[in-house]
Amino acid sequence: MQAHDEFGPGGIRPVPPQRDVVGGYGEDTGSEEAGPLVRPYVIAQGRDHADTVQLDMISVVIAAKRAEVDEMELEPEQLRILELCRKPLSVAELSAHLDIPVAVVKVLLSDLLNRGLALARAPYQAKSPVSRDVLQAVLDGIQRL
Amino acid sequence: MASKDSDPGAEAPVPSALKILVAGGFGAGKTTLVGAVSEIAPLRTEEVMTEASYGVDDLSGVESKSTTTVALDFGRITINESLVLYLFGTPGQERFWFMWEELSEGALGAIVIADTRRLETCFAAVDFFERRGVPFVVAVNCFEGAHLYEPDEVREALSLNPEIPVVLCDARQRDSAKQVLLTLVNRVAESVNA
Repeated sequence: MQAHDEFGPGGIRPVPPQRDVVGGYGEDTGSEEAGPLVRPYVIAQGRDHADTVQLDMISVVIAAKRAEVDEMELEPEQLRILELCRKPLSVAELSAHLDIPVAVVKVLLSDLLNRGLALARAPYQAKSPVSRDVLQAVLDGIQRL
Repeated sequence: MASKDSDPGAEAPVPSALKILVAGGFGAGKTTLVGAVSEIAPLRTEEVMTEASYGVDDLSGVESKSTTTVALDFGRITINESLVLYLFGTPGQERFWFMWEELSEGALGAIVIADTRRLETCFAAVDFFERRGVPFVVAVNCFEGAHLYEPDEVREALSLNPEIPVVLCDARQRDSAKQVLLTLVNRVAESVNA
């Protein structure tokens, strides 16, 4: 590395800041804009987290292939979800594509899951020791990039 | 349309997902690194978080709530037909701790991007992952014209344990970002064996 040439041997270099125990880190960068908040909760018909199926941001969802969809019973956003989920997509991806907050996507989805119109797969739980096979698969997958 | 009878064999297999967090201060290169390895252009999701805040107006005796919108950029790597890996760029500021709790749940591991121009912006993330026992590596993003420090100097400044890998990277380059990911997954493998 040609890191410090400009300072020459024995020259003075700025000392990197040291980590202190707690608090007082970098400046806030203020992405404070909170967009319009009303609309999403109207879509979700005022429902709360309480009656939602346990869904994670990376739960993967796919539309049930053979279910009969009664379009009149669903929100337009739910129909969009079913359309997008012909291929498996995560809750986070749905949120990004539909531009609806993750929490609201979860509510819309749990309704679809309860109606049997979509299937969701819970994330791989990394909490328990991850199996060697999975780690090896991940390594191989990254190598192939 | 076909009847409701489900024929499980006919459904496409639904892959299971894993996630890796990419943390670092504003402008440290989180989204750049995610974009360098992701098979899709990084997506952005906005999460509306509610934080209860107490205090100020004690007269009412009612807690007030404040709402924050937090943007997360993420990318995706298909590992195989049954596994998908998501990379989430997580906001680096300390005030987002409440969000890291949720994000780090079940995460395979984390990459902390150190911007040597503002090394202090990654202190909070390092503290957090250490405390939570989330395996992590520190990637020193080498910006053009930025002061360059040796990995050992960064290690010392961050008071890192010797087993935590510190790697230099160029977050824009796929090969470089790949190396960071591989270092992390190897680190996870080590911590599983330990």
